[in-house]
Amino acid sequence: MEHSHEPQVTVLPPNKEKIKKLWTVAGILGVLTIIEFIIAFSVPHGSFKTFVFVVMTIMKAGYIVGEFMHLKYEVKVLFWSILIPMIFVVWMLVAFVYEGMKISDVHF
Amino acid sequence: MSNSPTAVVSGSEQDLWNGGVSPLNASYGKLMMWFFLLSDAFTFSGLLVTYGLVRSAHKAYAGAVDAFSFSHAYWPIPEKVFDSVPFLHGVTLPLVFVGIMTFVLIMSSVTMVLAVEAGHRMDRQAVEKWMLWTILGGITFLSCQAWEWMHFITGTDNGTVIKEIVGGEWITKTIYGANLHENQYGPPDFADFFFFITGFHGFHVFSGVLLNFLIYYRTVTGRYERRGHYEMVEKVGLYWHFVDLVWVFVFTFFYLV
Repeated sequence: MEHSHEPQVTVLPPNKEKIKKLWTVAGILGVLTIIEFIIAFSVPHGSFKTFVFVVMTIMKAGYIVGEFMHLKYEVKVLFWSILIPMIFVVWMLVAFVYEGMKISDVHF
Repeated sequence: MSNSPTAVVSGSEQDLWNGGVSPLNASYGKLMMWFFLLSDAFTFSGLLVTYGLVRSAHKAYAGAVDAFSFSHAYWPIPEKVFDSVPFLHGVTLPLVFVGIMTFVLIMSSVTMVLAVEAGHRMDRQAVEKWMLWTILGGITFLSCQAWEWMHFITGTDNGTVIKEIVGGEWITKTIYGANLHENQYGPPDFADFFFFITGFHGFHVFSGVLLNFLIYYRTVTGRYERRGHYEMVEKVGLYWHFVDLVWVFVFTFFYLV
């Protein structure tokens, strides 16, 4: 008996352009990670190193959220309703790390 | 329908907010996944920012990297704590193993996005293939993390000699590895954050592997083919990428800085 209840499915051929782009993004993420490794062993510890790492991490996060999670191509309202609340995190980070440094000043 | 005064005129501005069209051009499920991930991002931010607070409240190690030794007096530098690779006992390979873990997780994110692409084309076999690779990547990452934890808890061969007050008297003792109240690598807080943050992330990876398996199973049994779309792959894909995203931050703030 034929599987008459199974729907007819049209399988489209792979979207070569899109797949190529995804691998490019993966390559960028890989290269950024390798550069991070090089910096980890060649630049002395300090605020400059931390700053470079934070910038590179945000770049990586941008590629993951924008390309892999497709947020860059969503409607602008959706894009901003995800991004704007992150302001609270930035504020929290600045406030708490500043607080921590003050505690350090008091202790040492 | 004459008895319905609020009848919607199709194509007008009115039905935009009445269920006719999705205002954000995303399905309900996808939208809710985005908002869940936003809230989860706050949870992880809470953990990482607290880590930042406690870390900046401790003294940083100021000497030369080569002269570093474990002490409770300052926060340890990561490449001296995480310098081991399985089966290579005694060989110092700083950050190599965690680099491999990062690579595995990024690759599994790529295979996930390829599964989503295959789903758009209704290509069941390709979805199955890429989902299996993604599951494999997730399991590999979890196994690596299990080894990493085991190594962190067991400690180094020689341990670290510490002085502490027990019953009002200073005693000297050697401690090996770390748990929630003792830590040979540095201040006990360092180990606490390590366990909480990588543990919470690992739990997310674990849940992700279960979800990925569920999606794989339903793909194989043809549920999405009958449904006519593979949107579930997309939704779980969002979650899986988020797990990768969190790892990018954990990697930077725990292992690099």
